[in-house]
Amino acid sequence: MPLLEARPTPSTSMRLLAPLIAIGLTLAVGSLLFLSLGKSPVEAFGVFFIQPLSSGNGWSELMVKAGPLILIAQGLAIGFRARIYNIGAEGQLIMGALAGGGVAIAFDGVDAWWVLPLMVIAGAIGGALWGAIPALLRTRFNAQETLTTLMLAYVATFALSYMVNGPWRDPEGMNFPQSILFGDPALFTPWFEGMRVNASLLIAAFASLAFWFFTSRSFLAYQLTVGGLAPAAARYAGFSADRTVWLSLVLSGLTAGLAGVGEVAGPVGQLNLNISPGYGFAAIIVAYLGRLNAIGIVLAGLLMALLYLGGEAAQVALQLPAAITGLFQGMLLFFLLGADVFVDYRLKPRPKPAYA
Amino acid sequence: MLEHLIPVLAGTLAAATPLIFAGLGELVAERTGVINLGVEGMMLIGAVAGFAAAAHSGSGALAGLPAGAIGGAMAALIFAVLSLSMAANQAACGLALTIFGIGLSAFIGQHYVSYSLPGLPPLDIPGLSEIPVLGPVLFHQDAVTYLGLLSFAGVWWVLKRTRLGLILKAVGEAPDAAHAIGYPVIAIRYAATLFGGAMAGIGGAYLSTVYTPLWVQNMVAGRGWIAVALVVFAAWNPTRLLLGAWLFGGVTILQFHAQGLGIALPVQLLAALPYLATVVVLVLISRDKRLLQLNLPASLGKPWMP
Repeated sequence: MPLLEARPTPSTSMRLLAPLIAIGLTLAVGSLLFLSLGKSPVEAFGVFFIQPLSSGNGWSELMVKAGPLILIAQGLAIGFRARIYNIGAEGQLIMGALAGGGVAIAFDGVDAWWVLPLMVIAGAIGGALWGAIPALLRTRFNAQETLTTLMLAYVATFALSYMVNGPWRDPEGMNFPQSILFGDPALFTPWFEGMRVNASLLIAAFASLAFWFFTSRSFLAYQLTVGGLAPAAARYAGFSADRTVWLSLVLSGLTAGLAGVGEVAGPVGQLNLNISPGYGFAAIIVAYLGRLNAIGIVLAGLLMALLYLGGEAAQVALQLPAAITGLFQGMLLFFLLGADVFVDYRLKPRPKPAYA
Repeated sequence: MLEHLIPVLAGTLAAATPLIFAGLGELVAERTGVINLGVEGMMLIGAVAGFAAAAHSGSGALAGLPAGAIGGAMAALIFAVLSLSMAANQAACGLALTIFGIGLSAFIGQHYVSYSLPGLPPLDIPGLSEIPVLGPVLFHQDAVTYLGLLSFAGVWWVLKRTRLGLILKAVGEAPDAAHAIGYPVIAIRYAATLFGGAMAGIGGAYLSTVYTPLWVQNMVAGRGWIAVALVVFAAWNPTRLLLGAWLFGGVTILQFHAQGLGIALPVQLLAALPYLATVVVLVLISRDKRLLQLNLPASLGKPWMP
């Protein structure tokens, strides 16, 4: 006996409530988890969500992490609206970091204002090209982008490993797989003494504005959505489904590439194997949690950044494993998908007993 | 040359084993119309469940594989409730399952980091393992690799030769029609999805308790995704899946034998080969739209409610 029935029209309020329900359920299950580990949930959530924000540096770190998450998620959302599933943003991030880092290494010692802008441009191009490959494979050969983007993400990690173990390894780095430390001309200057937040945050802010404008104001965005949801209808109306694929994947590659440069020219300061703590994958959750909406994504990105910070704090203060962040991320997405069902469906009222 | 080739071929069969288990499971689920992109997550959960059971029971893979199957099936159950009972988007649920599996396996696995297990000795098939070349390649494998081949035979037989196979395929091709003649579509899809999860879990447990009996975070390393790609490559045909798994098994272990075979390429390029090869085979198979359409289960990925 099915418990659900379709709503006559999708519920708008449920669409907005679903992320809040998902967060609530994640916290509830999280409490049980903390209890089972012998920790007080109140104390644990204090460490997770309050403690990281109790200092100026905490807020700076929040922005450092939220920036790339928001930036990548804005790009992904364009594709997700059109049902183009780029799940390899992590690879495009790495390729952006490699391209940008390559510029920094090539112009090491050059003290000029243009080094950093050139790195940013290179990073954007690197990410966009890595996104263009699955676009080509999809439009030309019909290969599903879900699998190709992810496979190329693995390839990107090996490319990074090759470069920092080989051609770009720091000769004085004691054989560690890492490049030289970038000089000041190749780094974003921190805004505040002793904190890491820097101008790369402006890229995420600008992207959020641009995508908000793009999705709410432009006809092209509408065409993109139709091209993905109903390719046949789109063709009939003269919009190209191929263009949807290309724009979605290249744009999301570009934003991921920018995020990659932001990391190597910011908090990381060099190329090494730990340039991203899984931002490319976490951004998928950010995009959905933010309802594929530019403003929603900013809020969701801040929450996800807090989850990363909280995980780090919990590791120090409660001796909990850092993997707990990944566990919370997965639960959050599950609960969100579950709550989202009620956008289109509602519980069926129990049938009234029939009296003769 | 031959003395280098024998370990390569023998290693290929072992490296293909997790792909065979996970791929067969996904193939059966997809034949009933369910596309579960969470294979990677289910394999990881199976791997950590299997490792934990093997480590605590002291019986190695004998306890590890069943525990992996249960872990994988439980993970698949979450997916099934969301995507089958609640008709949520299958692609998104599968992705969520993978992200969840990565987190959960790392969380549980941190107790076992750098803990190692005894593994499983190869099992010689009496008589046959003495045959030159063929013997050491085919009949000097661990028991689970033989079990993988038996599973292939079982799935092949059920899908091609039995009434159950017909019902499974009918549910995938025409759920409305199957429902109309009285088959419980949702229950059958549940069963196929749980079977897929159990098989992925066995594949994961094989990796953690037999293939490299040592806990490493994220040790499945994309094999779950390769298994999903293999099902497409196989055009939903178990025999082609087996061949594909062997092909990928060979590509996977090339990096360990490159020196002996005289291949002088950067180790990272060799390690990236399975992923590059996945892209290449996807392109080759997908470009023929007609072939794909002909074999694609008609209701694949579409939510269905009675």
